Amino acid sequence: MNNLILSNTVRFIFLVLLQVLILNNVNLFGYLNPFVYITWIFLFPIKKNKSVFLITSFFLGISIDFFSNSGGVNAAATVFIAFIRLPILKAVLRKSDFDYLLFNLRSISFDKIFLYIVTLTIIHHFILFSLEYFSSNAFTSIISTTFFTSIFTIIIILLGIFLFVKKK
Amino acid sequence: MQQIIYFIRKFRYFLLFLLLEILAITFTIQQHSYHTSKFVNSANFITGGLYNTVNNVNEFFLLRDENKLLIEENVRLKNLLNKKEINYTKENYTVIDTVKFFQKYEYSVAKVIKNNYTNRNNILTLNKGTKQGLATDLGVINSLGIIGVVKNTSSNYSTVLSILNGYSKINVRLKNSNHYGTLSWNGENHTTAQLEDIPRQAVIKVGDTIITGGKSAIFPEGIHVGIIKDFIFENNKYQQINTLLFNDMTSIGYVQIVDNLQKKEQNQLEQQTNNE
Repeated sequence: MNNLILSNTVRFIFLVLLQVLILNNVNLFGYLNPFVYITWIFLFPIKKNKSVFLITSFFLGISIDFFSNSGGVNAAATVFIAFIRLPILKAVLRKSDFDYLLFNLRSISFDKIFLYIVTLTIIHHFILFSLEYFSSNAFTSIISTTFFTSIFTIIIILLGIFLFVKKK
Repeated sequence: MQQIIYFIRKFRYFLLFLLLEILAITFTIQQHSYHTSKFVNSANFITGGLYNTVNNVNEFFLLRDENKLLIEENVRLKNLLNKKEINYTKENYTVIDTVKFFQKYEYSVAKVIKNNYTNRNNILTLNKGTKQGLATDLGVINSLGIIGVVKNTSSNYSTVLSILNGYSKINVRLKNSNHYGTLSWNGENHTTAQLEDIPRQAVIKVGDTIITGGKSAIFPEGIHVGIIKDFIFENNKYQQINTLLFNDMTSIGYVQIVDNLQKKEQNQLEQQTNNE
């Protein structure tokens, strides 16, 4: 139990530092920066007590906002995907109830992990860029930035998960 | 009453979600309005300190470029100084009376420790704050041209509203005539900004220089901004004027902060006139 809290705290700090110090300066093709910190949401163990998860994901988003001067856009997008994570996971796995304690991303087959990550990443990026541009005139910019950044983010997240998350 | 408590307990998870979302969106909207983003910005102890540490390492690799800029500016200033000496040797040399003498602008130096240019609304962080005399609404420039306006300050750090920000509006004018306009940014390309509100009587050509107008109390007149890259003239009106910025906004090291010592006086007078 304590081990779980410790590993998630370390992952939280590591992902925030990775995001603000390295990934926010990548600027691929001049403007693409992956938002890899949301891996924390994907890997968080599923518990009965969901409120703690919602509040910590708010703090994850707001700490990214503090560093990148973006108001509350990351916080809003992160809280939203934290909220819809469980329904999406249930829909992807086609199970109404599953073993909460034994949840491990690597024990699920690849196509299901892929679907789960892609759906949440695209929703996150869409909310993020809509709030950042904050205007309906920029709809095409929002869609194109969401699309390209999502591809970049998904590739890095999948690589990261397969390289660094242990298979139990 | 009991039913309200029952309702809150039943939907507490959803209500918590709504509360957090409303909080996040409030911060977003506050960020969009000019002066009210008091809470979420990188001008604080933790984020400012971390960026400062990282920047100290990065700075080492940029010393060469920084030195080159300094040498260029030194050469320019030496040339100016030499021109002045010719005047001093003339016989109609005037003594500046200290009673009549007044200083309008004061410059100080700061370092950019966090630079942003890929977002729609970009904000920079400087390594100086109120302790070093920075305040909201001071101009930020470097030897090549303008960079932005100070937005928030903490005791040791401050944030700058970059010209690459949708909410930045800077008064500029053409160098060869007195037609004024506003410099803004459409978020597409970080090398070009857009010139708005240029009257249709103004004659402009590709390659014309744009300088700051000096109409607002922030920037002195005549600081370089950029040159006109292309423009569209339709329906008897300038639809879009793209300006190629002199500054490379992707690489900014040391900057100068301009403090207008007579800002208070000017603003007070203008307000007084408006109220009458």
